[in-house]
Amino acid sequence: MKRLATKLGFYASVFVLVSPAVLVFLWMISLSFKNELDNTAFPPVFIPNPPTLANYVDVFAKNNFALYLWNSILVTGGAVLIGLAVGVPAGYGIARGKAHKFAILILVARMTPALSYLIPLFLLFQITGLVGTVTALVITHLVITIPIIVWIMIGYFENVPMELEDAARIDGATTWQAFRHVALPLARPGIVVGGILAFIFSWNNFIFSVVLGGKASRTLPSAVYNSLTFEQISWGPLAAAALLVTLPVLLLTVLAQREIVAGLSAGGLKDG
Amino acid sequence: MTSTTLPASSLATPAQIPAAGSADFTPRYWLFSLPAVLIIAGVIVFPWLFTLYMSSQDWKIGGGPEFVGLQNFAELFRDARFIESMGHTFYFTVLAVVLPILFGTAAALVFHREFPFRGLLRTIFVMPMMATPVAVALVWTMMFHPQLGVLNYLLSLVGIGPQAWVYSPNTVIPTLILVEVWHWTPLVMLIVLGGLAGLPREPYESALIDGANAWHMFRHITLPLVWPFIMVAIVIRTIDALKAFDTIFVITQGGPGTASETLNIFLYLQAFQFYKIGYASAVVVIFFVIIIMLSLLLLYARQKSKWNA
Repeated sequence: MKRLATKLGFYASVFVLVSPAVLVFLWMISLSFKNELDNTAFPPVFIPNPPTLANYVDVFAKNNFALYLWNSILVTGGAVLIGLAVGVPAGYGIARGKAHKFAILILVARMTPALSYLIPLFLLFQITGLVGTVTALVITHLVITIPIIVWIMIGYFENVPMELEDAARIDGATTWQAFRHVALPLARPGIVVGGILAFIFSWNNFIFSVVLGGKASRTLPSAVYNSLTFEQISWGPLAAAALLVTLPVLLLTVLAQREIVAGLSAGGLKDG
Repeated sequence: MTSTTLPASSLATPAQIPAAGSADFTPRYWLFSLPAVLIIAGVIVFPWLFTLYMSSQDWKIGGGPEFVGLQNFAELFRDARFIESMGHTFYFTVLAVVLPILFGTAAALVFHREFPFRGLLRTIFVMPMMATPVAVALVWTMMFHPQLGVLNYLLSLVGIGPQAWVYSPNTVIPTLILVEVWHWTPLVMLIVLGGLAGLPREPYESALIDGANAWHMFRHITLPLVWPFIMVAIVIRTIDALKAFDTIFVITQGGPGTASETLNIFLYLQAFQFYKIGYASAVVVIFFVIIIMLSLLLLYARQKSKWNA
């Protein structure tokens, strides 16, 4: 009897822990599939009856959603690819060159609020005429992607045994070849983890696009925010848009849970 | 935690003397870092230095800079709105650290046990942390609606009267803390879970023989062993709570009035609504000093915990 009570208590605590997340996401889904009448009904209607796709149609028809989606893909894709291209070798260089001071600089960069980079970068882009372009956003998002990728790669490369590379060098490999053919393949899980986290943090970023994005170059989070302020509030389309914005990230969380947990344990920090 | 991480020792002792023989091959690794060094110099270090320069200038966007020394800082500490925003930040930060630490540690103890569907439930539990803050903030905004919001309806089911949530200066910060707790408790859970994973078995076995109950074992074995991880979580949470911006900006923009205007929102408004970039840069510098101090604390905490961040 007592064991049963303990067990029930345990499952009750699991339920309490998980329910806030479930509530918010289910409510988001519910809002996005209901018509406007049900969305503003009180007491609230929980299950869409009948479910409608009108909100989703609305998002694509009225809001230039496709353009902002494309911007988000360009900005995040560009910043992650450049981040990997320069961040992976840098992680290797820091790990092997024992550049601890540089590593600490990266750590401080990870912790600095994104907001604090905005004023100087805004002025810089104003001078160069890049304000309101996708290029400016890609460059700014490097502030997010490079530190997280470098930080994670340092950890992975430090765990690649030096002996393997030494052996390769004795066989006549150059430093570059030892990196390219020995260390890099062994650190591939790190590249996946770093790439995924950089993608998520960059995709979720809001403030850079608010300040530096123009009407044609803004990314999804700030585009959805702007649709909130400029039109009268309509909950259904807004919830549908919000869900579409965060869907790629949530799917990634489900599919790559193990990598994300490993990376967050290593990086331990949110972005921004 | 394990293979994925930077050994604590390598960062904890930055001044460590390299092993014999390693010094002479260090230079050739510089080339690997060079592209990243150049980009970081441009988009990270240059903004830092330029911010420092701007903080000494009286500068509005559209006009030119004029050197004023430390006057921006002097003015800040006379600015009632700035002082108020410091107060809000402090209030927000304390609760946005303490509550996720308590809940996250409890959650870690739960998820440390084996039970059916643990992986799936943990994924759901972690989701808030990964979700796009703006998207989630919009849903919270709808849920907080005083007349039509689902939260007031749910409260009415258990006999609690309607709340004003973000629409009253008295409840706006607690409400924003609620969102922050929802968002970031999972991160604390993951860090503490990492600590629990490395616990030895022996102390528990001998404690059981001595007839200790569950609370005693938690209080005298688990907590002391996991404490360094909780320390790391506290420092990280503090830095993150100080940086909180997206959800506050989307849900309240610092309102009603200035009731939820934190340092971050104050800074944003000074820079991009009032265009006082010199003044705003002084805020960034103050912010930066706080962050650096906390980063040093993090390095110290991590060294104590051997937590491989």
